[in-house]
Amino acid sequence: MADGTWRPYRVLLGSRLRSQTTYRRSFAMDLLGSLSVGALEFGEIYVIFTNVDVLGELDFAAAALLFALATICFSLADMVVGHADRLPTYLRQGTLDAFLLRPLPVLAQLITSDLSLRRLGRTAAGVAVLGVTLPHTGITWSVTTVVLLVLTIVAGTAIFAALFVCAAAIQFWLVEGAEFANAFTYGGSYAAQYPASIFALPVRVLFTFVVPAAFIAYLPTLALLDLPGPPGLPSWLGWCSPVMAVVMWAVALTGWRAGLRHYTGAGS
Amino acid sequence: MTDPIIDVRELHRRFTVRSPRGRFRRTRTVVEAVDGLTFQLPEGSALGYIGANGAGKSTTIKMITGILVPSSGTVRTCGLHPIRQRKQLARQIGVVFGQRTQLWWDLPLRESYRTLAAIHRLPQSVWTARRDELVDRLDLASFIDIPVRQLSLGQRIRGEIAAALLHSPPLLILDEPTIGLDVLSKERLRVFLTEQRAHHGTSLLLTTHDMDDVQRLTERIIVVDHGRMAYDGDLAGLVRRVGAERVLSLDLTTPAPPLAGIPGTDLVSVEADGLRQRLAFGDDTTATAVLEAIGRHVEVRDLTIEEPDIEEVVRRLYLSATGTGTGTGTGTGSE
Amino acid sequence: MPTFPSQAAPASGRTRSPIAAFTAHVVMGFRRWSTYRLATAAGAFTNTVFGLIKAYITIGAVGAAGGTLMGYDAATAATYAWLVQALIAPVNIFGWQELALRIRTGDVAIDLARPIDPQVAFLAADLGRAAYSLIPRGAPPLLVGAAVTGLALPGAVLPYLLGALSVVLAVLVSFAGLWLLNTAAFWLLDMRGVITLYMVASNILSGMIVPVHWFPDWMARIAQVTPFPSLVQAPVDIVTARVEGAAALGVLATQLAWFTALVLVGRVVFRTGARRLVVQGG
Repeated sequence: MADGTWRPYRVLLGSRLRSQTTYRRSFAMDLLGSLSVGALEFGEIYVIFTNVDVLGELDFAAAALLFALATICFSLADMVVGHADRLPTYLRQGTLDAFLLRPLPVLAQLITSDLSLRRLGRTAAGVAVLGVTLPHTGITWSVTTVVLLVLTIVAGTAIFAALFVCAAAIQFWLVEGAEFANAFTYGGSYAAQYPASIFALPVRVLFTFVVPAAFIAYLPTLALLDLPGPPGLPSWLGWCSPVMAVVMWAVALTGWRAGLRHYTGAGS
Repeated sequence: MTDPIIDVRELHRRFTVRSPRGRFRRTRTVVEAVDGLTFQLPEGSALGYIGANGAGKSTTIKMITGILVPSSGTVRTCGLHPIRQRKQLARQIGVVFGQRTQLWWDLPLRESYRTLAAIHRLPQSVWTARRDELVDRLDLASFIDIPVRQLSLGQRIRGEIAAALLHSPPLLILDEPTIGLDVLSKERLRVFLTEQRAHHGTSLLLTTHDMDDVQRLTERIIVVDHGRMAYDGDLAGLVRRVGAERVLSLDLTTPAPPLAGIPGTDLVSVEADGLRQRLAFGDDTTATAVLEAIGRHVEVRDLTIEEPDIEEVVRRLYLSATGTGTGTGTGTGSE
Repeated sequence: MPTFPSQAAPASGRTRSPIAAFTAHVVMGFRRWSTYRLATAAGAFTNTVFGLIKAYITIGAVGAAGGTLMGYDAATAATYAWLVQALIAPVNIFGWQELALRIRTGDVAIDLARPIDPQVAFLAADLGRAAYSLIPRGAPPLLVGAAVTGLALPGAVLPYLLGALSVVLAVLVSFAGLWLLNTAAFWLLDMRGVITLYMVASNILSGMIVPVHWFPDWMARIAQVTPFPSLVQAPVDIVTARVEGAAALGVLATQLAWFTALVLVGRVVFRTGARRLVVQGG
């Protein structure tokens, strides 16, 4: 039964994967490009820490851990759902109509319509930083920290994925405004790589509770390293990323449904 | 008696069109794309759905297939509510939009069919047998392993139709399937569709610009004009109603005065000082009788018979409906 | 995404002076880009959101360094961040590939057949584009910056005059560098590798990500021998009066030197590539 439920998606993704690796050389190029974006972003943190010892109460090792977690989560979400921001193209080419004519949920088809393996280049950058920095963070290894680490990556990826779905939903109305949506997805990614404590209060609230970037990596990093949070953001919040992921997905699905209703002419 | 496979009642679809006016103001106009359509398609029958561009054909199809919600009125397709029961309906219908591909452009057809079979959750033995039948009947074998983007239009359309029929839907909906195809590809497709309907009893809804498609594939025609029903009946009735005559085009050996007054015909045009003349004739006479009458006046070097095309039929229907037409039987005197 | 304007040069039946032809291309570049209003608004919005994050990162870094970092205090660091965001569009930090595309499709032959030199035509159109994007893409980040963190800008007039000149030179250097990059399409089928390399280098070494003055020695030494600091760090330094007087003139001279060198190399390489194209018949 379980196999029957997932089989269509497995086959869909399988065919997507095969089509990508057909052009090996160009795939390798894309992978390298994605890796350098990750490296470039880490360059910013590296340069800052050649000048200072701490940023937002985090030392270089902790900031690198924060960066690694944010990058891994974002690149995984980007790989799985990032193509959702091509919705305007899908609308123009009639791909969405084709989705509507198949016996599967439209969002599930949109998500499985691509799986950009090249974005793993950026994941690799994140994993490399994670591997190098973890021994220097002074993390106390226990079952709890391991669970938290895994939970963080899963929940963070889910939060970014939900942001991508929100961005796609907005484009049912704002067909030409793809870049408005980018401000929240890519902007959220940028904000997630830095300690939220450096932001002034209104901006901190924005990137914690509206676009919940702080829940992706910053708060879990505090919890992992057992550091106190800034006022108003106690480090136990680091355990709440899954809750935030659920909330964001509820928002994303509601938005997506409204967007689709708008497209089929059922809504306003 | 079984329920109709398509049941459309008092269907309306309004669009709000915003057009810029001046620098900042915009006017909103409401367009009735579909305006009170009612028709039923009995199971197993074939319907040609025709009309000018923008007459509301695509809008109707979108509402029948669950892509668009009606503003008012009801649609039942295969007894299902197209929007609320979209996924169930998707298993019951096959749809091809001639202008847009539903295949994966970077995959060969073989891979696309495998994926579609999985999407429709078809058992292996069932879908492979069906695929082999379609590959055979549509002659896909020579290009089934080539990525779709490298196929010719004719090959691609055949591939699309096979994709739409893989899950053996009782209802097939084709939107302009023959547009841009060469004569041979069109013919092949018509033979295939006729055969499929004979073997599987598939119901067919077809929009087209091609009169031959309608003639060969459907037993009933609906003409829409500005979202309203302009005609519902068979092709012969339509031709009778608008008097769509065939046109006899004659090339003469020497220039001749206009051939007016041949019984049962109307002179349509005289070109090249009377070297080429075109006469329209209806069902009340025959080509032989016309030729015989003409032979008494002039010597004919060459001749062709032009069949009425769908645009012309529809145009005349629109004209007769609005009362500005020339009426049945009289020549149009166009060109 | 708007593409770089190059086709449809203004119709000129009669002979024009070179200046008039150049001006016509500038105007055309300006008009072309002014039609993408929604994209411009969206771009300005994104620049501003990123500016917000970047400003707090630089303020945070200065705070962590004890209030000043390589001559930046909180206010000047935030100003740096907002100015960088305002310059992204005019200086075209993220590049363009129109020429490479025209080389690949062979359309460059059309450009070669025109009475105006292709490099001059592209340059003029790019100046028009930059002129258009300056206010709609530059003003929103600066206004939001002034409201949110405040901007530390000089009270004298001279830095702005020299700064304006420096921005123009930055646009020119950026153009000349990207022109050279684009000409690689004469020899390379797949441009993605070199483009990625160029973008990574220009993004970091221009000072767009962090001020060049914060670089560790080894990076600063690399940056010094590239044209990239001329794109962002140079105009920002001059507008904020971090560099003044003779030093400012020195920075301007460096920008001018890079532009001259790159544009001349770009000419030679383009000529060589075009000859190769003609000889091989595309």
